Amino acid sequence: MNESCTVESGRVCVEVSGLRKSFGTSEILKGIDFGIRCGEIFVIMGPSGSGKSVLLKHLIGLERPTAGSVRIDGHEIDSPELLSKYRIAMVFQSGALLSSLSVGENVGLYLREHRIHPPAEINRIVREKLAIVGLAGSEEKMPTELSGGMKKRVAIARALVMDPQLILYDEPTSELDPLISVTIGQEIVKMRERTHATSIVVTHDRDLGFGIADRIALISGGRILTLGTPDEVRACDNPEVRTFLNASYQPPEEADRT
Amino acid sequence: MFRDIGQLAILAWRTLRSLPLIFRHYRKLIDQLFEIGNASLLMSCILAVFIGGVLALQTGPVMVEQGLNSVVGAVVGLSVCKELAPVMIAVLIAGRIGSAMAAEIGSMAVYQEIDALRTMNINPIHYLVLPRVLAVCIALPCLVVFADLIGWVGGALVCMSNPKIGIPWQAYFNDLSKVVDTLDVLNGLIKSLLFAAIIGLVGCHQGLATIGGPRGIGRSVTKSVVNAIVLILITDYFITRLLLTLDL
Repeated sequence: MNESCTVESGRVCVEVSGLRKSFGTSEILKGIDFGIRCGEIFVIMGPSGSGKSVLLKHLIGLERPTAGSVRIDGHEIDSPELLSKYRIAMVFQSGALLSSLSVGENVGLYLREHRIHPPAEINRIVREKLAIVGLAGSEEKMPTELSGGMKKRVAIARALVMDPQLILYDEPTSELDPLISVTIGQEIVKMRERTHATSIVVTHDRDLGFGIADRIALISGGRILTLGTPDEVRACDNPEVRTFLNASYQPPEEADRT
Repeated sequence: MFRDIGQLAILAWRTLRSLPLIFRHYRKLIDQLFEIGNASLLMSCILAVFIGGVLALQTGPVMVEQGLNSVVGAVVGLSVCKELAPVMIAVLIAGRIGSAMAAEIGSMAVYQEIDALRTMNINPIHYLVLPRVLAVCIALPCLVVFADLIGWVGGALVCMSNPKIGIPWQAYFNDLSKVVDTLDVLNGLIKSLLFAAIIGLVGCHQGLATIGGPRGIGRSVTKSVVNAIVLILITDYFITRLLLTLDL
């Protein structure tokens, strides 16, 4: 992995240090430290309620930390010029498509609002990106007419349009069947190939995490349990990590015997 | 409550500061104008005709009995344009449009659509708040102009048709035009402009502050209507005092 990257290379690196977040009296993140290299697919895994989504919101500046910092290429995440300087996209768990806009308008929203291209060119780009995610000809549909998987693919197309340097995925395969989950996983890898963007994926889907990650951070109870390549994480002997990785369904009789 | 007022003031300042950007969002402004103005016109006119009518009904017989026939037109005319039309139409729009703004923006906040806008470096104040606040500030004074006219007509119809009043159409409007002048209408329009800003800002603020799913949206809608009406009535007193001091 190339660690010495610059803005010109179209990729960015992320550095999280001493990140803490409390909501009232409950501390959700209890001191998180890690660095994400330029252009890698970094997967944050952990059980539900472990603080993954809260961590992701800090990585894009939607939440302010109680303590610690998040830096993108050395710039504090809450610095006002950051989103103007870097193209950062996020694919939300629900897709977060604007329900009052059609699929085409949603995908072209970034280009239209920032007046990056003339309308005809925006329409062409929208058609192209929708075709990439397998939704050609869906421009006129409304988000309510789409299934969960289609909404996520539209959200990916909306991120693609931005030609992002950093892209964040929040639970990209939740509520999806295994076939669509595989398709979404492939889309994440293809997105990296196309844009060379640094990708951060938050998930509790072990198949997805180990299938696409360059490195994985496993968090639980607001702390990082282990961080490394998929093989290193598999080899980790931390009991909590083993429990998470080995959890599988057992028929009731078998579970009783064990 | 003080936190709400502080946040409202900050939202007002940010919206005002983003005013030059409205040319980039003029399509959204036109959509909102249609929704607020056109779609509320019929309801405003119905409200206005009955406001004028009931005012004439309450004051007319007593004044006619005292021999003050010529005052009825003036009382109805002034009350409608300076007070009742701006306040009642603002209350109607707070219920109809302020609540819709809170519900729409609130559901966008709950379903992370506003977060999505922020990640695309699209400022929700420019994209959502500015067109809505500006549209209601344009539409409400226009609705009040219609309400003034229809309210006066409502008063005239009651004066003409009620046997205890019996003031002819022509005489009513002659009396009205002797007392009511452009400044009186302008007085009501200045008030309605302020009320419009309150409705738009309160609706958007409650929408943006929504948390906690569908229940949170319901809470925001209720708060937006109640807060807007309370603020309208409080502002009405102080702006009336100010306008009287300025002799408007």
